[in-house]
Amino acid sequence: MAQYVHKETIKDNVKGAPFQFQEKVFPFLYRYGTLLVILLTIISFSLANDKFLSYQNFTDILRSVSIITLLAIGVTISLIVGGFDLSVGSTASLATVTSAAALVLYRQETIVAILIPIAIGLIIGLLNSFFVVKVKLPDLLATLAVMYIINGLHLTFTKGYSIYNNMPLGEGGTAPGVFLPSFLFIGQGEIFSVPVPVIIMLIAVIVVHFILQQSRFGRLLYITGGNEEAARLSGVPVQRYKMYAYLLSAFFATLAGIVLAARIGTGQVSAGAPLLMDGVAAAFIGFSVFGAGKPNVIGTFFGAVLIGILLNGLTMLNVPYYAQDIVKGAILIGALAFMYYEKKK
Amino acid sequence: MAKLSLSNITKSFGDQSVLKGVDFGVSSGEVHALLGANGAGKSTLMKILSGDYERDSGTITIDEKEQFFKTPADAKLAGIEMVVQEVDTALVSSLSIAENVTMNSFISGTSFFSWNKRNKKAKELLRRVGLHIDPTFPLSHCSLAQKQLVLIAKALSSDISFIILDEPTAALSKKEADHLFTVLRELQKDGVGIIYISHRLPEVLTLSTKITVLKDGYVTLHEDTDSSSTKRIVQAMLGNDLVELLNDEEKRVLGKTLFEVKEFTVPATNEKISLSVKQGEIVGIAGLVGAGKTETARAFFGADPSPDPIIMNGNKVKITSPQKAIASGIGFVPEERRKEGVLVDYNVIENLTLPVLNQFTKFGLIQKEQEKKEAERWIKQLGIKTESPSLLLNHLSGGNQQKAAIGKWLLNDGDVFILDEPTKGIDVGAKQDVFQCMKDLADKSKGILYFTSEFQELLAFCDRILVMYDGKIAGELTKEEATMEKIMHFATGGHYGTVRS
Repeated sequence: MAQYVHKETIKDNVKGAPFQFQEKVFPFLYRYGTLLVILLTIISFSLANDKFLSYQNFTDILRSVSIITLLAIGVTISLIVGGFDLSVGSTASLATVTSAAALVLYRQETIVAILIPIAIGLIIGLLNSFFVVKVKLPDLLATLAVMYIINGLHLTFTKGYSIYNNMPLGEGGTAPGVFLPSFLFIGQGEIFSVPVPVIIMLIAVIVVHFILQQSRFGRLLYITGGNEEAARLSGVPVQRYKMYAYLLSAFFATLAGIVLAARIGTGQVSAGAPLLMDGVAAAFIGFSVFGAGKPNVIGTFFGAVLIGILLNGLTMLNVPYYAQDIVKGAILIGALAFMYYEKKK
Repeated sequence: MAKLSLSNITKSFGDQSVLKGVDFGVSSGEVHALLGANGAGKSTLMKILSGDYERDSGTITIDEKEQFFKTPADAKLAGIEMVVQEVDTALVSSLSIAENVTMNSFISGTSFFSWNKRNKKAKELLRRVGLHIDPTFPLSHCSLAQKQLVLIAKALSSDISFIILDEPTAALSKKEADHLFTVLRELQKDGVGIIYISHRLPEVLTLSTKITVLKDGYVTLHEDTDSSSTKRIVQAMLGNDLVELLNDEEKRVLGKTLFEVKEFTVPATNEKISLSVKQGEIVGIAGLVGAGKTETARAFFGADPSPDPIIMNGNKVKITSPQKAIASGIGFVPEERRKEGVLVDYNVIENLTLPVLNQFTKFGLIQKEQEKKEAERWIKQLGIKTESPSLLLNHLSGGNQQKAAIGKWLLNDGDVFILDEPTKGIDVGAKQDVFQCMKDLADKSKGILYFTSEFQELLAFCDRILVMYDGKIAGELTKEEATMEKIMHFATGGHYGTVRS
């Protein structure tokens, strides 16, 4: 009897509430949950540290976000065709080193220091698509192998040393070239007090988003990833579209590497390695933004922003960098869990 | 003697009421057939019975004792086993046959076991289902029919009183199906109560002892098989508005030859095929499972390209890819609708315009307004039932998905349509629509190659019927001379004993 009464009171107290939670709150969280988390993070960090909420700090955040976003756009495109590109981190490293080498070791102009890494990046993209599309290796494994090869290549090329202005050379003397101001402008310059990397990122996000949403190219990329066999039987050249995706993925990784080199002003070895995980996390968090449920560039951008804010805020609160990964992982799990839970329903 | 009965079962999902008070039951030694069009509530009812879903109200009793199944394990404990339609989802293909058969004791048995005992037990169970195969082989060696028998053997490994079979013959050849029926009759003799779900009325009428028909969540027919008939069942499935199976008596006017192959090699079977189709002609290609229909259809469309050319409108063309086929005016509706025919995560517009997306593209950008307008026109013309053109295909019924799979080739305005089992797994009403669709195409002077194992459908409205057996064309029949017996005669290689399994 007691149990019965108990049940009844609960039912009366929250009349209609569970219904509303299911019908209204959940879809809202599904669509805007990630944005809400970003907002809450900003609020809590600004309460914890009054320097957090300044224009200077926000441009700093966006500056660091821009490199992750550029790389993550590539990851997103590989995810769209149902693939996965693990080699983007080492591609970025290689781009950083080659552009630095072009400037410092071979005294090349800025334009050469940009074009060489892009050309190399596209070769890597072709290599990836050859293994995935022609040899038909699973993408995760093929790009993992390519990741190792590229990583080894860029370490062999630099013998494990970073490339910087006036560095001593093995055969005596110092390096002949320097990081040219026009190159450094890419990573350190500002236009109307907006950092150049942020401008590059915003342009990339908007252009890629527009192409993915409005063009035939974008639609067919998504369709290829949606169901490769059905797409093929509808006349979509799926192999070609997968190749495009890996080329674009490598291209954006290279772009991220160039901006990184220009920002830090050295050709640091293995600089791209930590970018891989952040980029992948950003792309996956992006699935949940606006309840898209699939890879999308706007989502990826917000995913990168979330990661950037967390890293920045936690650093300000003196959380050591090695502990920050715990937070990143937790956020990623949260976003994924939410998405898959909703999908299953 | 055990008696399972369900009474007044209801179930809704959200606002949608799927079962509205259904009574159903089976006793030991009975074969109770459960029929109904797609969406009638058969699967939901069986999922409730096998513990997958919980009922909203109503009672399930076994020998007067009320049962509450919260998980599939509860239903198994009560002696109810289910043999699902997609057998691959219920078996582990990397394990041996013996391990699959004895899976239940893996889960609930002792921690250590003897391989000898396991193999012996598996062999014994496999003998009960008439499968003579080394149980140490990996399951991946089994054909689809064998896997089904393995799944039944697995069900027998525990102490079962009732077994549910969901469309078990959907992918079986005649011989394989006959073998299954023998096994089922044995089980029936052993006192197992069998619930048999099928679309195929002839086998239901020969096999079952009782028949229940569901329509829209209600029972519309419940009677002994002896006093039932095809007509009564179809009427109960369709409701009051009985549609006569489309019988197309008028002779169509045929034009010039559209599509022709001569000694065309089908790479998957390595056999040579010669056939042709004229304007306005529906050529039926009959064949049992394993006859090489799908392989041939795919080769014509360039999905598995052949080294030999086809002759399209008098011109020799080598079809090296689906793109090439589409450019030559061929459309293809593949057998596996959800896996190959349509993109279920994309909306109706996107599915319909996919092959002709370049028509709606300007400077690389999709003209979405124009695309939508054209798609809406075709949705209306094809009679695709959808709330909105931007609804995902996943939310459409099987028949309407199939209309989209056919419809996308109408936008392309092709000349030849290759359809592979287009009526597979769709209900009677949707079948009528698909037939009408094909008839309309023929009236517009298109050529149609219609591959199917549903011979009755071919008889209804094909101008010519070719029968395939073992990768080759075994016989050709005109509309006038074709009968069920003649088709079956060719389809089984002249005599019943030699059907390839």
